[in-house]
Amino acid sequence: MEKFITLTSTIVPLPIENVDTDQIIPARFLKATSKDGFGDNLFRDWRYDKNDQPIASFVLNNPTYTGQILVAGKNFGSGSSREHAAWAIAGYGFKVVVSSFFADIFKNNAMNNFVLPVVVTESFLAEIYESLSYDSKMTLTINLEALTITNNTYGKSESFDINPYKKECFVKGLDDIDYLLSKKTQIEAYEKAR
Amino acid sequence: MKTLFDKIWEAHVVSTVEGGPTQLYIDRMYCHEVTSPQAFDGMRKRGLKVFRPAQNTCMPDHNIPTIDQESPIADPISKNQVDTLTKNAQDFGLTHYQMGHEKNGIIHVVGPENGLSLPGMTMVCGDSHTSTHGALGAVAFGIGTSEVEMVLATQCVFQSRPKTMRIIINGKLKKGVTSKDLALYVIAKTTTGGATGYFVEYAGDAIRALSMEERLTVCNLSIEMGARGGLVAPDEVTFEYLKGREFTPKGEEWDKALAHWKTLKTDEGTVFDKEVTYQAADIEPMVTYGTNPGMGMGINDTIPTLESIDEAGRISYINSLKYMGYEPGEKIVGKAIDYVFLGSCTNGRIEDFRQFTDYVKGKKKADNVIVWLVPGSWAVDKQIKAEGLDKILIEAGFQLRQPGCSACLAMNDDKVPAGKYSVSTSNRNFEGRQGPGARTILAGPLVAAAAAITGKITDPRI
Repeated sequence: MEKFITLTSTIVPLPIENVDTDQIIPARFLKATSKDGFGDNLFRDWRYDKNDQPIASFVLNNPTYTGQILVAGKNFGSGSSREHAAWAIAGYGFKVVVSSFFADIFKNNAMNNFVLPVVVTESFLAEIYESLSYDSKMTLTINLEALTITNNTYGKSESFDINPYKKECFVKGLDDIDYLLSKKTQIEAYEKAR
Repeated sequence: MKTLFDKIWEAHVVSTVEGGPTQLYIDRMYCHEVTSPQAFDGMRKRGLKVFRPAQNTCMPDHNIPTIDQESPIADPISKNQVDTLTKNAQDFGLTHYQMGHEKNGIIHVVGPENGLSLPGMTMVCGDSHTSTHGALGAVAFGIGTSEVEMVLATQCVFQSRPKTMRIIINGKLKKGVTSKDLALYVIAKTTTGGATGYFVEYAGDAIRALSMEERLTVCNLSIEMGARGGLVAPDEVTFEYLKGREFTPKGEEWDKALAHWKTLKTDEGTVFDKEVTYQAADIEPMVTYGTNPGMGMGINDTIPTLESIDEAGRISYINSLKYMGYEPGEKIVGKAIDYVFLGSCTNGRIEDFRQFTDYVKGKKKADNVIVWLVPGSWAVDKQIKAEGLDKILIEAGFQLRQPGCSACLAMNDDKVPAGKYSVSTSNRNFEGRQGPGARTILAGPLVAAAAAITGKITDPRI
C-alpha cells in the first residue's frame, strides 16, 4: 500500500448531501469477483447517460476540476455497506474524501482501502465551496501527522480526528488483518473463558 | 447500570487497541455472493483457513432470478458470482444453501427463521440490513468486505464503539398501520443520517406489542437513518418465536439459554446518549416522496415546500423531487403508479404476505400495474402455499415468484424501467435502486396491496 503523510491537491467538488453508495456505484456493477475496475463506474448514473455518453454537467466530466480530493456534502456514503464504493473511489484515483459527515460503514470501508475520510465543520466545508467559486484550481493540504486540513486559498486550517491506531495504519501502510492474526492466542483464550 | 447494547458488546470484547477500535468477537457471520468473493480471495492470497467454519453460513440471494431457478442463471456475470460463492463455501468448508435449496432465501429472512440468529449474539454480514437480526435481542450490523475477511480469518472485527440511542414508541398503532409505517415514521423524524454513530434500542408499549416478524421489519430499517444497528430486548414474543426452530438450542441447552436470555435487558434508570419518544397514535400509513428513506410522510400529507428545507440541503432536495417527477407542496395520494413490489428482507415474510393477501382477497389487480410478489425464502413460499394464500392471490390476478432479493436492488432481471413509478415494500428509494431511472415509493404491505388494486397511491383504510 502506498503510504501518505501529507497531500496537497486540487479538488473535485460534489456539493450534494446524502450521497448514497448506490450512487457511488450502482448495484448492477457489483457482480465482479475482484476489486479492480470499479473506478470506471464511479457515479455511473450521474456521469453517463443511458447511451453511455458522458453527461457534460457532471463534475467528473468537467475538465476544470481534477485532483485527488473529493469534497462532498454531508452524510456521504449512506446506505448499502458495499465496499465496492470505496474501491470505486480509490480506483478513480481519490486519496481523500472531505465532508462534514460520513456514514459509519463507508468510513470504515474507506479507511480499509487507504482512502482517508476527513470530517470538517459545516463552515469549513462552505468556505471550500466559496473559495472554489473564484478559484477553481484552489488546493487543500491534508497533513496526517499534524491531523490538519488547510484551505490554501484562505490560508485557514482546521484539525480533524482519526484514531491513533488507524493513523499508524495509514502512515505505515498496515492493514487490520495482520494485526488481528497476531492476536490469535488471545482470541482462543477469549473463547475458552466464555 | 447498563444498556442492553452495552451488555452484549462488553461480553464480546476481546481487546481494545490503545487509542483505537475494539476487537469484537463475532458469534455468527452470514455471507452472500456479492460482498464475499474478494474476502475469500484475500484468504487464499494469505494462505489462511477459515478460523471458525461452523459460525459462518453462506447463501446467494442478491443475483438470483425469481423465475425458473431450476435452470442455470442466464446472465453469465451473475452466474459466475453465484458459482464463486458455491466454490468458496466448498473450498473453505462452510455451510452453504445454494439457489433452490429448501433453506435458501434472503439471508436476513433465513437466519431468524432457522434459529441461527439468537438473543445476545453478535452477528455481521457484508450487508447493511444485517441490522434486521437485532430484533431477536442481538447486536447485528453490516460490514464491508475487508471486514468479512477479518471475520473469516479470526472471527473478530475492529469496530469503534457506537453511542446508544433509545427510541420509545408509546401507545397503540392504529388499525391499518403496519410496523413498516412505524419504521418509516421514525426515519422521517430522525432523517436519513440522524442516527449515524448510534446503536438504537427500540422500546415502549407499541414495540412490545409487535410480533417477532414486525420487529424484524423495524430493526431492518435502522440503517436507513444511519444507525449502526437496532435491537429490541428479548421477551416472551422472542422466546415463543425461537422455540423449536432448527438451530435453536434444545432440551437442557434451551433451558440454560432461556435463563440467560431473560437477563438481556437494559437496567432500569440507565441513561442513553440520546433518547426520543413518539406516540404510536400519531402514525399514519406512510409513503416516501423523495430519493432517501428519510423523505417520508403520512399517505395523505403534502410534500414539504422548498422554504421548509435547510439552505445547504436545497440542491439535493430539488434534484430529488425532479428525479421523482413530484413538486414541493403537492400530495401524492391518488397519483398513478406502474409497478408494485412485495418482498425483500424488510417485508418478505409470511405476515407480510398474509396482510397483502387479506387486502386483495375478492378484488382484482389493476390491469396497468405489474406486480412482483417475491417471498423472502423457500420457507415463506411453503407457508404461503400451506395457508392457501397462493390461490387467493391467483384469483385476484397475481402471480407468486421465487425467493430472492429481487427488485429491492434489481441485480437480477426484476428491474423497474426508467421513469416508471414503483410502490415497493423494500428499504431504499435511492435513485436507480430498482433499475436505472426507476422511481421508488417506499411503503408497507397494505399500501402496496391497495396500489396493486387501484393502480394509484391509495390509503388502504378507505
